[in-house]
Amino acid sequence: MNNHHPPSIIHYLRYTLIAVVLLCCTLDCNAAKIGEIAETSIGEQAMRFFTFKDPAVRYALLGSMLLGITCGVMGSFIVVRKLALVGDALSHAVLPGVALGFLWNTTKDPVAIFIGATLAGLLGTAVVGAIKHTTKLKEDAALGLVLAAFFSVGICLVTMIQKLPTGNKSGVDKFLFGQAAALGVDDVKLMAVVTVLTLLVIGLFYKQFLVTSFDAGFARVTGVPVQVIHYGLMLMLAFAVVIALQAVGVVLVSAMLITPAAAAYLLTDRMHRMLILAAVFGMTAGAAGAFMSFLGPNLPTGPFMVLGASTVFGAAFLFGPQHGIIMRWWRRRSRSQRIQRENTLKSIYHVLEAREFKGEGVSAKELAERRRETLEEIIAQLRELKRHALATLQDEDHTAYLTPEGWQRACAIVRNHRLWELYLTHAAQVSADHVHEDAEKIEHVLGEDVVRELEKRLNYATHDPHGKLIPGQADIQRGSKPPEHSGDAVGYGKRP
Amino acid sequence: MNEFIPSFSLQEHIIAPWTQGFSTNIQIALMGFFVAAACGLVGNYLMMRRMALVGDAISHSVLPGIVIAFLMTKSRGTVPMFTGALIAGVVTTILIELIHKKSRVKQDAAIGIAFTSLFALGVILVSLYASKVDLDQECVLYGDISYIPLGELIKLTDNISTPVPVARMGVVAGLTLLLIVLFYKQLLVSSFDPGLARSLGINATFVHYALMCWLSITVVSAFESVGAVLVVAMLILPGATAFLLSHRLPVIHGLTLLVAALSSVSGIHLATWLNCSMAGAMVVMASVLFTLAWLFSPMDGLVSRWFRQRRVHEEPVDGLADGVK
Repeated sequence: MNNHHPPSIIHYLRYTLIAVVLLCCTLDCNAAKIGEIAETSIGEQAMRFFTFKDPAVRYALLGSMLLGITCGVMGSFIVVRKLALVGDALSHAVLPGVALGFLWNTTKDPVAIFIGATLAGLLGTAVVGAIKHTTKLKEDAALGLVLAAFFSVGICLVTMIQKLPTGNKSGVDKFLFGQAAALGVDDVKLMAVVTVLTLLVIGLFYKQFLVTSFDAGFARVTGVPVQVIHYGLMLMLAFAVVIALQAVGVVLVSAMLITPAAAAYLLTDRMHRMLILAAVFGMTAGAAGAFMSFLGPNLPTGPFMVLGASTVFGAAFLFGPQHGIIMRWWRRRSRSQRIQRENTLKSIYHVLEAREFKGEGVSAKELAERRRETLEEIIAQLRELKRHALATLQDEDHTAYLTPEGWQRACAIVRNHRLWELYLTHAAQVSADHVHEDAEKIEHVLGEDVVRELEKRLNYATHDPHGKLIPGQADIQRGSKPPEHSGDAVGYGKRP
Repeated sequence: MNEFIPSFSLQEHIIAPWTQGFSTNIQIALMGFFVAAACGLVGNYLMMRRMALVGDAISHSVLPGIVIAFLMTKSRGTVPMFTGALIAGVVTTILIELIHKKSRVKQDAAIGIAFTSLFALGVILVSLYASKVDLDQECVLYGDISYIPLGELIKLTDNISTPVPVARMGVVAGLTLLLIVLFYKQLLVSSFDPGLARSLGINATFVHYALMCWLSITVVSAFESVGAVLVVAMLILPGATAFLLSHRLPVIHGLTLLVAALSSVSGIHLATWLNCSMAGAMVVMASVLFTLAWLFSPMDGLVSRWFRQRRVHEEPVDGLADGVK
């Protein structure tokens, strides 16, 4: 099944890169940053957003989309590596770095903040590792410890900065919940560089990242430097967190890592598709968050992005074609309905067989007696057969006549049942009175190929362990009405 | 930099808080102690159950519960707040279970998704209705413990009165201790050995949900003084410090209380000195205490381990060498 090679990740990345570069071209470097305009209506703000004339809007949108791509891609790796909450700890741990980067020259210099935050994030991950290895505390406690300790230092620094004479307008508090509108051209340039770098590194070392994520033992055997790859991943994760900080905020960055990637995880089984889906989801959530926070004054961007991502996740959780719970419920329901229909057909066959196939109609009363169910239940089941064109009904739905299709299906299901019983008694030496239950289950899932094989192995036997005739290919394919009498039910023994 | 870190003076930062602003600072210290004690005791059980990050999740996700309760009842009363937080806590627990059991998303990612969604919802509500709920985004994160003494007072005796949040937190801390004493066995057994718990007739699922509910109550009463993120710190730090110093649960509980008191008082000094967030400073001091325990714990601190290792290396092991020959 997997004999075709997945299209190279580079193939997909090329398009993403082109898109990123095109987006960056829209940057207007000379435009001044526009301050917050508060007193406008929602409609006007929405218009202002969608015309894209305002450079602040372009920066906000572009930045949010870039961070969505990077976080989606890096998040995919931490989700499949079961490191989701490392992202959470890391994202909180960068706060003191942000504050120190700010203190470097008390301006919001993106590069200083970037370096400070990355270092703090890496230190945080290193401390998590150290606590885990040198104490008896478990990983969750170590993550929580680092998260809390680093964040509290960060909070102290931020509150100290805010009391500085220059601190009040610093905007360092915007790092907590994020404000995409505060993004400047330098910020967006930095984000673009990091995004391109991330995609390049992932593209170049895709195989190594893939194999270490899923089978570290195998990777080690084949000579992949697992530790190096792991630290590389952590470094890039720190980059992703740091460029996302200004728009999403420290507190909710982890959601931009986890949620789009988890949504993608529900929709596909292939890593390269997951990466692309996660990047698209992240981008969409980012753009949606930037738009929503633009609608009102003082609305933080991060929470809106996170809600956007959660909506995508919710949709994938419910409606995903393979793993979505609604689709799974639907599949389960249609399967159990099919089994129910097949059981009704089987009972009709049994009734016909009991009177040696004399007469065509089967009354609901006969079926009710055989199945030990009420008349109403049987009639409902018969109507279900009619709905699927397996039977026609007469006498106010009290008598059923199988259609050719219904007859075929009934024969096939009885054949499956009896063949399996025979197979169990012959091949597995199960005693004849123990095989019925098992056959009741398997009769609904046996495919035609398996049936052919069973027939061959059982030497086209004619009777099941209880001495009943096994309907043969001829009965099934007769394609007409049920036979008038037993002589017509040929079984395997009388094959032409 | 001089402007940023004020020079330290013993008189001003260590003695003055207790001579001049005594009545204010004692309330803050009490509040800090109650918060750290209640959270720390509950946190001990979370850590034993490897659920430290579920604590993280619930401390974030009570926010929408509180805000919606505010908006619906238009009061800051204890009952609506606790109800909102309880509902939010249970919803989080159920959401995590649902995502984790009904899809192939692993538990850690499920936690991450559930609490960030709810917290994001809460923050949006806060920023939309900021004027109505009397909360702001910063307060949500790191609380307002220094404003606690300015709040509405409640009279305890004729001449002692205390702010409502302090009284409430005190009651919660006391109840936490009482519940732990009463249900010590149930909590202990179900934390360490769910199989044994079942055979003893302890309903582990019930204990789990009860713990989550009590966690929500504790978190919500701590919320307005220390905010969402620092509550996590209070849940984990005191207990983790105590875990490094002892193996016995009663001793761990006692040490947790001690760490709570120490970090609360020293936090006040640190915040007075640096002029920063008081709750933040308390957590920083708790982190410092943890680091000290990590380095110098007599059992498995880094330093004592290093000494032990060195001793092993220095003393030639004759018996072993002979055996190899």
